[in-house]
Amino acid sequence: MQSTMQKLRQLNLSQYVVYIGFLLIFLFFAVTLGNDGFLTQRNLTNIVLQTAPITIMAIGLVFVLAAGEIDLSFGSIVAVAALGSAVVLGDYPLFVGVLAGLGIGLAIGFFNGVLVAYLRLPSFLVTLATMGLFAGVARSMTDLRSVPVLNESFVNMFGSGSLFGVPSLVLWTIGAVALGHFVFRETKFGAHVLATGDNARAAQVTGIKVPHVRLLVMMICGGLAGLAGLLYAGRLQAARYTLGESDLMTVIAAVIIGGTALKGGKGTIIGALVGSLMMGMLNNGLILMGLSVSDQMIVRGVIILIAVAISLRDVNN
Amino acid sequence: MDLSNTQAADVLQLTNIHKAFGGVVAIEDFSLNLKAGEIVALVGDNGAGKSTLIKIISGVHAPTSGTIAIDGKETSFKDATEARASGIEVVYQDLALADEQAVYMNMFLGREKTKGPFGQLDRKGMVQETEDLVKELDVRIPSAKTTIRNLSGGQRQGVAIARATHWATKLVLLDEPTAALGVAETAKVEENVAALKERNLAVLIISHSLDQVFRLSDRICVLRRGQQIGVRETAKTDKNEIVSMITGV
Repeated sequence: MQSTMQKLRQLNLSQYVVYIGFLLIFLFFAVTLGNDGFLTQRNLTNIVLQTAPITIMAIGLVFVLAAGEIDLSFGSIVAVAALGSAVVLGDYPLFVGVLAGLGIGLAIGFFNGVLVAYLRLPSFLVTLATMGLFAGVARSMTDLRSVPVLNESFVNMFGSGSLFGVPSLVLWTIGAVALGHFVFRETKFGAHVLATGDNARAAQVTGIKVPHVRLLVMMICGGLAGLAGLLYAGRLQAARYTLGESDLMTVIAAVIIGGTALKGGKGTIIGALVGSLMMGMLNNGLILMGLSVSDQMIVRGVIILIAVAISLRDVNN
Repeated sequence: MDLSNTQAADVLQLTNIHKAFGGVVAIEDFSLNLKAGEIVALVGDNGAGKSTLIKIISGVHAPTSGTIAIDGKETSFKDATEARASGIEVVYQDLALADEQAVYMNMFLGREKTKGPFGQLDRKGMVQETEDLVKELDVRIPSAKTTIRNLSGGQRQGVAIARATHWATKLVLLDEPTAALGVAETAKVEENVAALKERNLAVLIISHSLDQVFRLSDRICVLRRGQQIGVRETAKTDKNEIVSMITGV
């Protein structure tokens, strides 16, 4: 009896909420929108393609949250990286443009990370400030103008292309999830991230280089936001300061619903993937239902609230 | 006292340790030797400098002056990692466990076993070693895969001591290991501490419970306001003497 109770307690509901929620929302749209094209292969593929940048950002955020920090600035990083890459691609070959986008992401992540890890400023405040700062940078970079991306191989690689019939955005998603999952779940570094977020003092006295871990997770998040910027620029064949602007809530919701703890020490990359797909599906379904933009926002907000409440229900027990 | 112990080289040798934080003297001229397989209790009132001393030995603080020798070799630890590399483990008052992680991950925290070309965590190996160790030390936990959060206070303490036991090759420092525990759990932890002695480790234990000190220790060292009042062999002293040494009356 005792052991059954203990097993039930350990069977953490939050780990499964995302899968149940995903299925419920899928079934609901399948039934109500079955005749409106929701179930077509084209539409379902589209959901995955549109979700790719969200998933990539979510992976970075899992590392940051699991380490007990937060990053609010990744949306702004997306815009700066996409614009930077698009501008560079105007004059330079593919790889320089890619390096520019990823480099910008990593550099901003490094900046955040140094302030958080070595000056011990709260990550919430640091990234709240850099979110605004780099949103401003994105606006001033091209005076609010959007920059077209004409480099065809870039567009193929990060947008409309495919390899062996698999769309490149799907490949990026699979690659990032697989690598992220491996690093997070199977390596010493992943274990150190979890320990740091769980009990930083315990991590430190057992020899884990806690500041190093904090710096690296901020850089991973920044770098992946840079990659998300490239994916946006590739798919839209243009970069604009608005890219990533409205993704903050979506990504945080996807990660939390996926089963990553806001207070650190717990996280899952696969959960974040399913959470991201769930958010994408929700978006898609609400549009197909013909809801106005404002109604979509309200319904999405309510559903996120319910999902987050259920995922966090057992945290305090 | 056991003769074989007196003949062995001293594991830890503290000589004229002095520690000041700014102008405040925390430890004044402290000297103590510890032998393998010996338990020495460090007693004194709050603020006597016991925890500071533990931090000096474990490399968290450097002494202002004085020397630390391990196995007769003088050393100065740059940080706690160096002290750990020399075989010194600490069981902290707050246990330093990561609550959301499994027992086996805590056992190997910062020293995870890996395998394969990509440095994958060897979970199976870590679980196995943990299971063997908790069985040997008779720490009763449901499984090595249990999350720390789901353990009782005594079980957590058992895990913290098991971790120190696993990694220590010379010396274990315990800071108030039973402060928050009930009677049965305290007895269990005391067994774990006694097991350290059987493994021929030197043990320095801070405790406020004189009953416990008299049950466990070979010698008792008294600190009062940073000053070393004296060291007594447990078998040749009594509570009255120790209490008057602690309080100064």
